[in-house]
Amino acid sequence: MNVAVAVHDVEREALISATEAGPAPKRIVVAYGFWIFILSDMVMFSALFAGYAVLVHATAGGQTGPELFHQVGVAVETACLLASSYSCGLMSLAISARRRLATYFFAVVTFMLGAAFLAFEIREFVSMIAIGASPQRSAFLSAFFTLVGCHGLHVTVGLIWLIVMMAQVAIKGFRAAVQRRLLCFSLFWHALDIIWVGLFTVVYLMGVSQ
Amino acid sequence: MTTTVHDRAPGDTSTSAEAQAAGAASVLVYTIGLLLAVVLTATSFWVANTSLLWVPGVPLGLAVLAIAQIGVHLVFFLHVTTGPDNTNNVLALAFGVLIVALVIAGSLWIMANLNENMMSSTELMNLQMQH
Repeated sequence: MNVAVAVHDVEREALISATEAGPAPKRIVVAYGFWIFILSDMVMFSALFAGYAVLVHATAGGQTGPELFHQVGVAVETACLLASSYSCGLMSLAISARRRLATYFFAVVTFMLGAAFLAFEIREFVSMIAIGASPQRSAFLSAFFTLVGCHGLHVTVGLIWLIVMMAQVAIKGFRAAVQRRLLCFSLFWHALDIIWVGLFTVVYLMGVSQ
Repeated sequence: MTTTVHDRAPGDTSTSAEAQAAGAASVLVYTIGLLLAVVLTATSFWVANTSLLWVPGVPLGLAVLAIAQIGVHLVFFLHVTTGPDNTNNVLALAFGVLIVALVIAGSLWIMANLNENMMSSTELMNLQMQH
């Protein structure tokens, strides 16, 4: 009986303190909303992954994955994106410490590595199209270009976003709104790397090993 | 002992006051994450190229490595934890994972069934030719 009363009191105390605190700070609300956007983006990518997995053998007599994919290029792309995710993490530490110079430095590193990833990917696409493996060749290639191209498009958007954010840091400084946007950007950039993990595994490594 | 009233923002290491105190520790978290991710990626590439492993098991091994690396990214880069200040983030993530699993598994299942049970287009052509 006494125990039951005690537990009840603890629950009431917790409830009161949560209500007294009022609504969550804007930083938490904004980041949580962006987190839900990222998860819905993952759901969209899962549909593209499913489409690719279904169509991977529908080559219509054209080139297959093992004939087209170069693992060295994929390894370099993976290294670029992983390193840029790391430097993006260091950038968010520099932001929370409000160190402007370190923020710019890690932003430049993140941008260069992201741009290098994109350059390698575009070169791969161009070399594939040059030998006739274009999206309209087969269902497999349509699915491939949709999936990998959609990820590349996200990286492009991320790079533009990073430039905009650095301009905002330069002009507006580390005010709360800018910090919220930078937090959203780092969420976006890390999420892109997570999608790339699934991508290089399913598309490139499983494609080559089969 | 500090009580956390609100959930932590996704991607945040901790409250800003704590973060400023533990700058070096945060760098260490990111570095550990990077090292683990590098090891898992290298293992993935090795698994895909080696001839030492049982070939039918390779895709499963690659899937396990990818899921492990996604976990590393979530914990060390996005700071998703099991702590009480992360409940909302984890719940949203769990729902996302559920939908992703349903979409991928469901699509593969349905399409495999269709491929098995429906006549292939060449057979259909042969039927039309018989008239």
